[in-house]
Amino acid sequence: MDRRKFLTRIAALGCSAAASPLVTPVALAQAPWDARLVVIILRGAMDGLDVFRPVGDPNYAALRPTLRQGTMDLTGFFGMNAALSPLVPLWQAGQMGAAHAVSTPYRDKRSHFDGQDILEAGRPGIVGASNDGWLNRMLQTVPGVTGQTAFAIGRDQQLIMSGDAPAARWSPEADLVLSPQAERLLALVHDADPMFRTASAQAIEIAQSIAMSAASDEQGAEMMMEDPMMAGVRANAEHVQLAEFAAARLRGDTRIASFSVTGWDTHLNQKGGITSALRRLSDTILTLRAGLGPVWDNTAVLCLTEFGRTAAENGTKGTDHGTGGAMIYAGGALNGGRILGDWPGLAEVDLYNRRDLMPTRDVRAYPAWVMHDLLGISRRAIEASIFPGLEMKSNPGIVA
Amino acid sequence: MTAVRFNPTLAAVRFGSGLSPYFDLPATPDDILADIDRTFDFQVPLFNDVTPTIRDFQQASKARGKARGTDTAEATQQAFREVRQAANDVHDQAMRATFARHVGAPIGFKARLAAFFGDHFTTKSRNAAQRHMITPYVEDAVAPHLNGYFGAMLRAVVTHPMMLMYLQQVQSMGPLSPLGQKRNRGINENLARELLELHTIGVDGSYSQTDVRELAELLTGLTYQGNRGFYYDDRFAEPGAETVLGVTYDAADGLDNILRAVDDLAKHPQTARHIAAKIAAYFVADKPDAGLVDAMTAAFVARDGFLPSVYAAMLDHPAAWAPQLQKIKSPQRFITSAMRALGVTGDDVNNASGRNTRAVIRVPMRVMGQPWERPNGPDGWPDDSTDWISPQGMAGRISWAMRAPRIMVQDRMPDPRNFVVTALGPLAGRDVVFAAGAAEVRDEGVGVVLASPAFQRS
Repeated sequence: MDRRKFLTRIAALGCSAAASPLVTPVALAQAPWDARLVVIILRGAMDGLDVFRPVGDPNYAALRPTLRQGTMDLTGFFGMNAALSPLVPLWQAGQMGAAHAVSTPYRDKRSHFDGQDILEAGRPGIVGASNDGWLNRMLQTVPGVTGQTAFAIGRDQQLIMSGDAPAARWSPEADLVLSPQAERLLALVHDADPMFRTASAQAIEIAQSIAMSAASDEQGAEMMMEDPMMAGVRANAEHVQLAEFAAARLRGDTRIASFSVTGWDTHLNQKGGITSALRRLSDTILTLRAGLGPVWDNTAVLCLTEFGRTAAENGTKGTDHGTGGAMIYAGGALNGGRILGDWPGLAEVDLYNRRDLMPTRDVRAYPAWVMHDLLGISRRAIEASIFPGLEMKSNPGIVA
Repeated sequence: MTAVRFNPTLAAVRFGSGLSPYFDLPATPDDILADIDRTFDFQVPLFNDVTPTIRDFQQASKARGKARGTDTAEATQQAFREVRQAANDVHDQAMRATFARHVGAPIGFKARLAAFFGDHFTTKSRNAAQRHMITPYVEDAVAPHLNGYFGAMLRAVVTHPMMLMYLQQVQSMGPLSPLGQKRNRGINENLARELLELHTIGVDGSYSQTDVRELAELLTGLTYQGNRGFYYDDRFAEPGAETVLGVTYDAADGLDNILRAVDDLAKHPQTARHIAAKIAAYFVADKPDAGLVDAMTAAFVARDGFLPSVYAAMLDHPAAWAPQLQKIKSPQRFITSAMRALGVTGDDVNNASGRNTRAVIRVPMRVMGQPWERPNGPDGWPDDSTDWISPQGMAGRISWAMRAPRIMVQDRMPDPRNFVVTALGPLAGRDVVFAAGAAEVRDEGVGVVLASPAFQRS
């Protein structure tokens, strides 16, 4: 039986897959741009105040009696949580920064799930049935997008990439082994059901193209091994595998990728939880950087979360759901080494509902300006369809 | 709307665990309803009966840590390994038993309900010591109330150690409570928020941040310790009355007062609608018919949350019997219904080897997007069609369909031309019947049937 089968995807095939006459090359049209955009959703609500710490604010220390330890200075006014120390070289090189006191338009109910839906939909509020994501709507505005221009990576459904424009969805642990006959029969039984037809055709196409690029995956692995900044990164962790997979796709024809990093819902003993979440995030960013090689110089990575957390520590050395938070960004295409945004202050009267960091800018403005300056998307398209209800206002200069 | 009749095949596929060569189809809605009064086959231990306990695990782990670098290092390491292995065995066996209940039940409606409410009240392990306790929690708090009152289930859930630990109620203390003042501790809103947003009135319900806060203050005192179990500790309880959704509860009454608030939430009309709509979406359609949800809501309200009346209202409604298959089976349902169709028995599943458990259940569930007992958060698994039918989810389903049956049935692989009838009955379209007969080998014929939309939908 085995000899009659062929593998449409097995990474271990290496170079032989590319040479195999059985594998049909997948045609990919010219991608619309050269730059790469990676959006990482930080699910669970990252505490922006504990990542970029306003040590110069007179009210900070009293609000965070136990959550102040382990701060590295960044700007004098802002320090950074020491768990992100592996990213300091990027900060110094101007390839990593943050926007503070930002939020989506979502207010008051502070539900993770609604908050994430609004963040990914990119709309001013919850919308009903036919929901789509802002990255997908961005893809809809440009010609030449193919099935693998954009990749949603990982097991979770990502609203941000869902919609009418073609976008691939895959997790590195999936594979597909089919005989030619089984492939034909599957196509037959799936033909009348559009949802199945699309998903299984995409699965087969993606599996084939991944097998084709197995050789370049090996190149990527070598690049990463030689990179000194990768020394502390845990090679086999799931988030690192996601980032490696994303980097391998982005080295090829893929231009947009999204995936999630979880573990930010730190109601209790936040120090431990946020330290490991930040480690995962810095591993992820460093893996992307190393895996992208020279492409990193033309890459923007935006890390967005559904909302911030309470300004004050709660009763269990953690923080509860809040409003204003921070966006982390990285990439050679961006202008880092800075904390962007207007600081609202932490005095009780300056807080949102006397409880949360007051958002001073719609977080969507930052991806909007990245799309505008890096990908050449028009302001009109962004304000009308990608981020309805957003006024982009002045350019924060996030793109280098 | 023209009244659509009860249909035995739909009854088994939509409300049960699927078609089976061993069991007769339900003949009436009452047959389906009667399933909820059956006792589950295949044992899952109750939380209090599980060994190792959470405490056993923690103590073994602690002993190992303390003994590092001493004479007893090796012995404590070995003791810890044994405890961990025992916990893993409980975890695996509980998963097999849960799957076996779907595979081995004559109908499987009750097993489906247990999956639904276990997910509605999702808990996750916060550390390795709790990992094997999720299924026992469902057995404790959810299973006994599937044929009873929603309010009784809610009480059991809210006072269960696993929920108190998962949503961190055990750490929450009233800032003005005796221990809160002494230890300078305060409120953790986690359980209070999810109780409103997820468990009862729903995110569209009429609650505010103030309600969350007051409910969080009211819930202080609910706690758990390994050596005592669940208890109410008034040293944590915030003094003073709290007002939740317009009702004021006096803290002086302690636990009774908390349970009164829980009962009020359980009976709230918005809870009725939230639960009714979610049950309808689970069984019938991602976007269920409004009339169906109205009828189920009315039944919930009329009987104070008596769940069998809600199920009966669903099964009596024509929209529940729409011939169009509007749901995609979750990975767990796909696997269990495929096992049933293949003639795998509940005993086969319950007694499967660790190796086969991994190959047929644990790993494929992960690839298909539903890693066992690891949903993202307290909202459990998303269950819309688009959440399951992605390219990588599809790759997982196709791979399973092509390979897993051989592992389970070995040399008893059915003839695909017969299998298409067993697995789909009248739901088999001409394309699937043709494809089953046109495959080059039995495995692929069976695989194509299992991977077909007719089998993946319900």
